Parts: sequence; structure tokens; C-alpha cells
Amino acid sequence: MTSFSKKAAAALLALSLVAVACGGGDDDAGDPTAASDDTTEDAGDDVAESDDDDGEAELLEEDDQVGVDAGSADLLGAGATFITPLMLEWIRDNEPGINVNYQSIGSGGGIEQFLSENVDFGSTEAHLTDEALAEAQEIRGCDPIHFVDAFGSVVVSYNDPDLDAALEAAGQENIILDADAIAGIYNVEITSWDDPAIAELNPDVDLPGTNLVAVHRSDGSGTTNIFTQYLDDAASNWDLGFGTEVDWAAGTIGGNGNEGVAAETQQQPGAVGYLSYAYAVENDISTAALINADGNVIEPTLDSISAGPSSIIDSIPEDQRFAILGVGGDGYPIVGAHWILAWECGYDDDVAESLIEFFTWAVTEGDDLSRDLFYAPPTGAFEEAVVAQIELINSAN
Amino acid sequence: MAAPTSTPPSSLRGSGAGRRADPIFRWIVVASATSVLVVLAAMILRTAIDAWPVFDAMGIWGFISGQEWSVGSSRSEVTGTYGAFPFIYGTLKISFVALLFAVPLAIGIALFINEVAPARLKKAMASIVELLAMVPSVVYALVGIYFFRLEIWAPIGQFIANSPLGNFRFFGPPVLLSSYWSAANILAIMILPIITAICREAFAQVPRDEVNAAYAMGATRWETMRHVIVPRSFPGIVGGTMLGLGRALGETIAIAYLIGSSQRWAPQLFFGGDAMTSVIVNTFADAAPEAIWALLAIGVTLFFITMIVNVLARLIVYRVGRFAGDAAL
Repeated sequence: MTSFSKKAAAALLALSLVAVACGGGDDDAGDPTAASDDTTEDAGDDVAESDDDDGEAELLEEDDQVGVDAGSADLLGAGATFITPLMLEWIRDNEPGINVNYQSIGSGGGIEQFLSENVDFGSTEAHLTDEALAEAQEIRGCDPIHFVDAFGSVVVSYNDPDLDAALEAAGQENIILDADAIAGIYNVEITSWDDPAIAELNPDVDLPGTNLVAVHRSDGSGTTNIFTQYLDDAASNWDLGFGTEVDWAAGTIGGNGNEGVAAETQQQPGAVGYLSYAYAVENDISTAALINADGNVIEPTLDSISAGPSSIIDSIPEDQRFAILGVGGDGYPIVGAHWILAWECGYDDDVAESLIEFFTWAVTEGDDLSRDLFYAPPTGAFEEAVVAQIELINSAN
Repeated sequence: MAAPTSTPPSSLRGSGAGRRADPIFRWIVVASATSVLVVLAAMILRTAIDAWPVFDAMGIWGFISGQEWSVGSSRSEVTGTYGAFPFIYGTLKISFVALLFAVPLAIGIALFINEVAPARLKKAMASIVELLAMVPSVVYALVGIYFFRLEIWAPIGQFIANSPLGNFRFFGPPVLLSSYWSAANILAIMILPIITAICREAFAQVPRDEVNAAYAMGATRWETMRHVIVPRSFPGIVGGTMLGLGRALGETIAIAYLIGSSQRWAPQLFFGGDAMTSVIVNTFADAAPEAIWALLAIGVTLFFITMIVNVLARLIVYRVGRFAGDAAL
């Protein structure tokens, strides 16, 4: 028995060591800037290669470029977790071969790190407030720049086998909701599917009386910001305002991260949650179709989430601080932008050059990667506007 | 060395240069001891200073009793409303429910290991209980989310809510998966090892003479446990309970995943709520500066609650120890 417990102890110890090692991964990347400045090209190469565990020829080639291109500086960025999967792809595949260390610490942390000048660029799903903008000017003596690198959307997911059966019996693919109904569920005013407000939107479906439990994000999140901003704009019965964190009604529960909300919605009978679209697609989670500002019923698809941003492109202000509201036509209504924050002045020349090269590549040529991961990239005239905005980096020096 | 006495001088006693090491050694010891106090003081002062704007804006009582937690996004002033009552309430509620389960269970396990189990089983049982303490809390969180709450806690909760007990608001429906109940249950498992260990320690220190005397008087094994060992060890049990409570108050990850994080308090047991540690860990990463001050204020409050618990524990152990003997910590 003793030897058994020793073995078990050893196994647990090993498990916890693995957990610690994995958890520390983010930090291990450290700040590569110092290495590239002070060492020869060869040494830089070694560092790049040893970082790369995959050992794929293609990757090594690109890492080589980092060493060869002596003019490009490494970049350090921090911010939204929302963009992380796409950012990692961009970093791995970017053609200018720029070495970017992106720390996925959340939008709030991204803004904070950006304004404290600890990072070269910040990343956020909520643009800077006027107050923060004024403060930023004092900090660095010039304007911060916003530019959009991708759009994402938020879907409403649910878990109820009874509802699925009822929908199937009625030959309807998704349950149809509008902003007022979603707000009602999150206000705990609508507590079952057969509530008149939902029945009215789904006249053909024999809705079950399942008790609904609204699930929200327990962590501060840009996904919450997009979702509540939509409700704040489109729902007549929403008075909790919007933000990365709001004061949710009693009787709702929270999950940590997309995973937490998904786990909650999958397990809790009658749960209704909101998830980033990419997450819902990858995990094959059933979602609701929504009624947009023109009264059209729209299912979330890559086309419908791209249609929202395109419909308002003409009204986007020059500084690119905006919200995507009142989406009509074929557009899926809950859509939000993701911004990169950079400065108009104060970068070393090589850092500024790297920033411009990397993000210009990302928004012009990284489109396919965006679509693969279910983000909508900026396109057409708006893409040009984004590139023009990127060119402003260091322009006020 | 020709010593006049029959006892040779101790080999521990140095001579010459070695003895000059004494002041240095003493200095090191004092410095080590002081460093603890300095670190602690620095932490309290620093967090209290950073949290001050929130206490200042809400008032200390307003912060503790306020029921609305709605964060602002300012970088320089307090614009939101910060009432930490839902979190304080949640932390205390799950901790006490956890103690309710863990303490009797721990006493039972400790008695079994010390008094009932055969020698070989004794060691194995003791190591197994200690293994519980070595499982990382995130593993508890995952097992709780994907197994315990689905298969065990929620069904039991449902049973209680449907029984006549469900007429009391506290046990009333609905039964959610993420709830005070789930959080309290995982806490009970997590604090079990420490309470068991201290109870065993206390039981082992009951003078063997008294136990044997009880047997000699014709007491059965169970009577001896009930009337001699447990009462004699009462201060130890209290001490262990308080240490368990301390651990429960501070537990973070498992709670953050299981309590439901609703930022509102609810009188029901089977309902979602939030706790002090979990709101900090959940919202910290994305918080604006003013919200971080508010989270630090929660941290300061938690520190004082823990301190009060510890002082109470000392007092109880001291008071009880004076008339129940010294079979305690």
C-alpha cells in the first residue's frame, strides 16, 4: 500500500510539474528585443531556432529571415485574448519575417500596458475613451492610433434537447430571437422558451417550458463588450449599460472565458450563453438566428458576420473609434471590431518599420488566415483606410 | 583533554574563532524573523494604500455592506459603485457549509486512522488523506466541473430541494450546477486533509493513561473515543477547524470555476453567487485601474477577515485549553 501511495504521489507530482511548465509558457518567451540588438546574426538565429519546437522546414526558413533581415526589430505586444488565435497564426506565418511576442492578457491589460509604454502595440476590443485619449497625449506627447485588424462576432448559444426536438418537428433550423428577447433572458424577465415574446418570433414551433438560465462571462471580456453594446443599442428593455464587465441580474451565472461559458451552457440544462463566433463554430455549438435592424432573420455565418462591418464602412470616422450598431440587410447584428493601438511618435526607426510592415502584411495578405479562423478581415476601401492609418505610425516624430 | 569531571564537554560547544560566529548567527536568525514581518507589513500597507481611493469613495462600511458592484473604467478616479457584500457573504457562506461537512468527516477519519485501523492500513490511510492535499486546486476545479457537480452534488441538491426542506428559502429550488453548494462541496474536500492531520495530532496526544483508565473502567472502544479522546482533544479540533477555515477563505481557482460568478448574492444554497477570491481572479486581467483598486480593497478586506478568524481561533484554543488540558496545538 505504501508503495502504491508513493507511486500515486509521484504521478501527481509529475502532473503538477507539467501544469506548472505549461502555465509558465507565456512568460518563457520573455522579451526577445534585447537578444536581437546585442548579438550577432548567428546568435539571433540560434535563439530563433531553439524557440521553435516544431522543426518544420518552412518555419525554420522564416526564422532564418529574421536573422537575415537585420533592419527589422522584434515587436512586443499585449492585449485581447479574442484575437490571440489569429495573432499567433500571423506571427508564425508573417512574410516580412518579423519576430513578435504577443501576450494575451485581456483588453484592459492591453490598454494599460500600452499606456504605460511597456509594449510596442496594444490590442483591444474596446477603443480608448476620450479620457484615456487625453491622458495618452500627455504620456507620450502625441496621439495614439487605432486601426482595425479584424472583426469578430458574438453568437447566442443554448443547450436544450427539448427545444432541439421541437425545432426539428417544426422543420426550423435555429431558434429565432431578437434583441428584446435576449435582453429579457439576461434580465431574468423571460424564464422559459414558451414565453410570449419568444413564441411570437417562432410561431411554428411548439416551444418547451424549460427553465432558462442565462450564462455570461465572469471575467472582464471584449466579447461581453460587443454583446452588451448590441443589447444597449438594439433592445428597448436593457438598462445595464455596456462594457467589458456589467452588473448582471441576479439569477444569471458566470463562466470564465469562452470555455467556461461553453462548459456551463453544455452542462446546465436550459442554459443560454454568448460565445465568440469562432469558438462556437470550432466546438459545433447550436446557436440562435437573430433578427437584425431591417427585420431579417440572420444565422451567423462567415458571410453574414462580414456583411455587418461592410454595411457601415462609409460612416467609420477617421480615427477609427466606432461601434458597429444597427446592422441591417444580410448582416448578422452582433459584431464588433478589434483594434490595434500604436503611437504616432516616439518609436525607434526600426521598431516603427517593423510595426508598419507586420500589420500592413496582416491586414492586406493575412486575410485568408483571418477567414480560416472565422474572423472577418477589413476589405476594399476600408482596408485602404486601415493601411493609411498604419502609415501614421511614427509620422509625428 | 583532561577534564576533572566525568562528563566530557559537549562537542557542540565551539572554541576560539568558532564562538565569534555566534553574533553573526544570531543576526541571521533575527533578520530572517524580521523579514517575514517586513514583507507582511509591506504587502498590507501597499494594498491598503492602493485600495484607499475606493474605501474613501464608498466609505469602509459602505464598501463592506454595499450590494451593488458595478465597475467604472476610469484611470484616475472612482466612478463605479463598489459594494463587496455579495462576495463577503459568498466567501463566508461556502466556507461555513464546507466546515459543516469537513469537520465531522475529518474527526471520523482521524479516529479511524488512530484508534481503529490495523497498523498496516493506518499508514496507507494517512498517506491517502495527505494525497488529497497535494492535488493542485485547478485539478479539483476540473473534476468538480466535469464530474462531481453533474453526478453527485446537483442530484443531491435536487433531492433536498424537492424534499420538505425545500420549503425553507435556504434549500429552495432551482438547483444550478454552478452554485454555492458546488463550491462548498469542493472546499470540503480540499480542507479535509489539514483538519484530519491536526485532529490526528491532537488525538495522539491524549495521555495513554487516561485512555487505559477508561478501558479499565469497562468502557468500550467507542465510549472511550466519545467520552475521553474527543473531549480531551477539543482545543486541537478547534485549531484544526480554524486552519481549515483559513484555507477555505483563501481558496481561489476551484471556487472561481464552481461558484457561478454572478456578482449578486442569493439567499439560496443551490444558487449561483460569487466569492471574494474568485471575483479577484476572474476580473483582474481585464480591469481598468479603478476596478483594480476595488479588487485590492477586497483583498484587504479578506486579509482582515482571515486575521479575525485566526485571532478567534487562538482565543478559543487558549480559553478551552486552560480547562481541557493541553492536548492541543
